[in-house]
Amino acid sequence: MDFEDTKQEAAFRAEAREWISANAPSYLEEHLEKSVFATVNTGPYDQMEESKKWRKTKYDAGWTCLSWPKDHGGRGASPIEGVIWRQEEGVYGALNGPFGIGEGMCGPTVAAFASDEHKQALLPKLASGEEIWCQLFSEPAGGSDLAGLRTKAEKDGDEWVINGQKIWTSGAHYSDWGLLITRTDPSVPKHKGLTMFFLRMDSPGVEIRPIKQVNGQSGFNEVFFTDVRIPDAQRLGEVGDGWKVSLVTLMNERLSIGGGMPTGFPEVFEFVRTLDGADGPAIKDGAVRTKLAEWHCKANGLKYTAARLTTALSKGQTPGPEASIGKLVAGNMMQEIAAHALDLQGLSGALLDPEQAEMAARFQAMLLRSPATRIEGGSDEILRNIIAERVLGLPPDVRVDKDVPFNEIPRGSA
Amino acid sequence: MNFEFSEDQKLLADQVRKFLDDNCASSHVREVLEGERVYHEDLWAGIKELGILGTAIPEQYGGSGAGYLELCVVAEELGRAVAPIPFGASIYLAAEAILLAGSEQQKSTYLPQLASGETIGTLAVSERAGEVSPRTIALTAKDNQLTGVKMPVQYGTIADLAVVAAKTSAGDDARSISLFLVDLSAVKRDVVDSIDPTQNMARLTFEDAAAEPLGGAGEGWDILQKVYDRAAVLFAFEQIGGAQKALETATEYAKERYAFGRPIGSFQGIKHMIANMYVDLELARSNCYYGAWALGTDAAELPEAAATARVSATTAYQHCARNNIQVHGGMGFTWEFDCHLHYRRSNLLALNIGAKSEWENKLVDRLEARNAA
Ligand SMILES: Cc1cc2nc3c(=O)[nH]c(=O)nc-3n(C[C@H](O)[C@H](O)[C@H](O)COP(=O)(O)OP(=O)(O)OC[C@H]3O[C@@H](n4cnc5c(N)ncnc54)[C@H](O)[C@@H]3O)c2cc1C
Repeated sequence: MDFEDTKQEAAFRAEAREWISANAPSYLEEHLEKSVFATVNTGPYDQMEESKKWRKTKYDAGWTCLSWPKDHGGRGASPIEGVIWRQEEGVYGALNGPFGIGEGMCGPTVAAFASDEHKQALLPKLASGEEIWCQLFSEPAGGSDLAGLRTKAEKDGDEWVINGQKIWTSGAHYSDWGLLITRTDPSVPKHKGLTMFFLRMDSPGVEIRPIKQVNGQSGFNEVFFTDVRIPDAQRLGEVGDGWKVSLVTLMNERLSIGGGMPTGFPEVFEFVRTLDGADGPAIKDGAVRTKLAEWHCKANGLKYTAARLTTALSKGQTPGPEASIGKLVAGNMMQEIAAHALDLQGLSGALLDPEQAEMAARFQAMLLRSPATRIEGGSDEILRNIIAERVLGLPPDVRVDKDVPFNEIPRGSA
Repeated sequence: MNFEFSEDQKLLADQVRKFLDDNCASSHVREVLEGERVYHEDLWAGIKELGILGTAIPEQYGGSGAGYLELCVVAEELGRAVAPIPFGASIYLAAEAILLAGSEQQKSTYLPQLASGETIGTLAVSERAGEVSPRTIALTAKDNQLTGVKMPVQYGTIADLAVVAAKTSAGDDARSISLFLVDLSAVKRDVVDSIDPTQNMARLTFEDAAAEPLGGAGEGWDILQKVYDRAAVLFAFEQIGGAQKALETATEYAKERYAFGRPIGSFQGIKHMIANMYVDLELARSNCYYGAWALGTDAAELPEAAATARVSATTAYQHCARNNIQVHGGMGFTWEFDCHLHYRRSNLLALNIGAKSEWENKLVDRLEARNAA
């Protein structure tokens, strides 16, 4: 048990560090450091342009999608090298936002199911940031119950015709490609009639409408499909095997979001040290200390759970649903920390302007964004089901719709 | 980086688990629980033979010198089995205190006895309710003779040797406390009842008891803090061992017990309760591994890592033990089912080297110190 870099890891770290210090957009550093939760600060510079620029610079030198094989545009690096890279990339990692879904979820799915030709054509451009991907899974009628989705795909010669609606699609408005799961057979039980495709987001018949979120931003969208045509060659996996394909996406999703989730702990610790409360610094307050200890234990526990997962990965084991705990713990922590941090500020806690609010309004931003963390990519309840059923082997929920043909399943009105 | 126990360490865990399966089944634990024995001498004899008492005691003092990571692995198995023996008192507390503060002669005299299990040691600090501080220690030492009362003392009626905290100068500051080694054969000892009868607890009355200083005069409090930090990691492994067992028991029962025509584990109320137990335990386990690393390498991070492991493992064990009863329904509240063994032990371990609230405070102190540096 040790945290020392091996000789090889140390060499990798040195190489990464040297390259980053020579090539990173240092003019952005002071702005990026001021980023508050879920909002990237690039000062006067355009965020997307800067994100793409940094991505391309990294790609040209082989520093994106590190774990992917070289001919897919990656580096063939080990999981531990991936961790080292993220440590070294530091504040510039904030510029990876638009590429996360492609790298973490769509890319691995394409790599697992697409033809060699498509892999060669798509993956390097995904890695370089030249093309951005989004995940068209959730629908009004199928979020947690993803297999309840209704978007139809009907075969017409060598093409498929798509009609229906997706919702909550992050980044659809700036994406070039989408990974799309559809229903191709409504007469069989719901998991059996699904098929996966990828398509260009500028295909005729695709309409994207932004959705305004609780925090006022519009990171996600509604996406409507009206007679959209997709060549059969853009199908991933067999017809009717869409569920199996989606599990590959979702497994990668858990791995990519579980690891380095922010928790809000370092920020709140810093805050209570400096906040002048009724009887001196807030950190001297007993109730505050109890919470700090609890939060530290969770944040530290997550950090070293990630280290255990990385070790398992590097030994060739595939960590499964265990990775679910990262988001489950971090999402709840952030929401709780935000509320406590506001509580300590009294009415001033209500201020939202970064110029006026404490710590540049980061806790207010956290308050307004953290509810989403508990929902996106598997809600808390779904994650607990996964832990209970797949890690601990508890019996599944009673599933009234499991063996019923999809078109005979009862539907609610909400 | 490699954040996992080695294959050899896992082999050791397997070996100890097999031994405890045979020699520390719940029927054995219950012999102590029900007062047939004060502690389990046969199990102790087996442990002596197995040679694991001296796991972290250097060879020159009669141990095997295997190391602290190995001792952590052993501790986890002892916790899992709710072992009714003075392993922790004798090894994590008394032996560690002597290793840290003993003179060369004390180490060569006492450590081999503790490593072989011929002598059982303990640590006597607490005297009354409330957080222990130099102010709450009234037992005095004069010319190496101790007078006063220690209560409660873990394994006080069976220990041969105690490390005792005594007041050696006026005032209530840390420098007023010194440690002593005392042969308990001449000390008055009374059993006291506790929430966990599988661990002996006693009141010790010292009347001019002969003692030898352990460590320098006035250094007692500082040594104690170091001992507690090291023991915190080791007891934390006992705690996650117990928590793991409670989680497994709850999970198995939830699969087998039916209500409303289905296994109770298919109800989300139960399923999510158990998932939450798992999450707390995994976080605690990761914190314990970090603590083990810090203990094993004597890292500067040890005080912080130890407090983190302690708070986290205490929380997890209490949580798992409490909800294990809940999952079992009425059966969980019977003497006959083993759920209460973990409920009792989890709540005793939550107090034994300072309560959770004390450790929370220490943890935040240490985080502050790190951030100030
Ligand atoms: C910020 C954000 C970004 C997102 N980005 C994307 C994206 O890019 N692509 C994409 O496809 N989707 C995306 N999503 C959608 C997300 O995956 C879904 O919102 C999520 O899966 C929940 O589905 P739902 O919204 O339909 O809620 P529902 O499934 O209706 O859930 C409502 C409530 O019921 C609970 N519930 C549902 N089923 C169960 C059950 N079996 N047991 C217990 N409780 C249950 C849920 O936990 C929740 O509390 C995003 C969501 C958010 C908030």
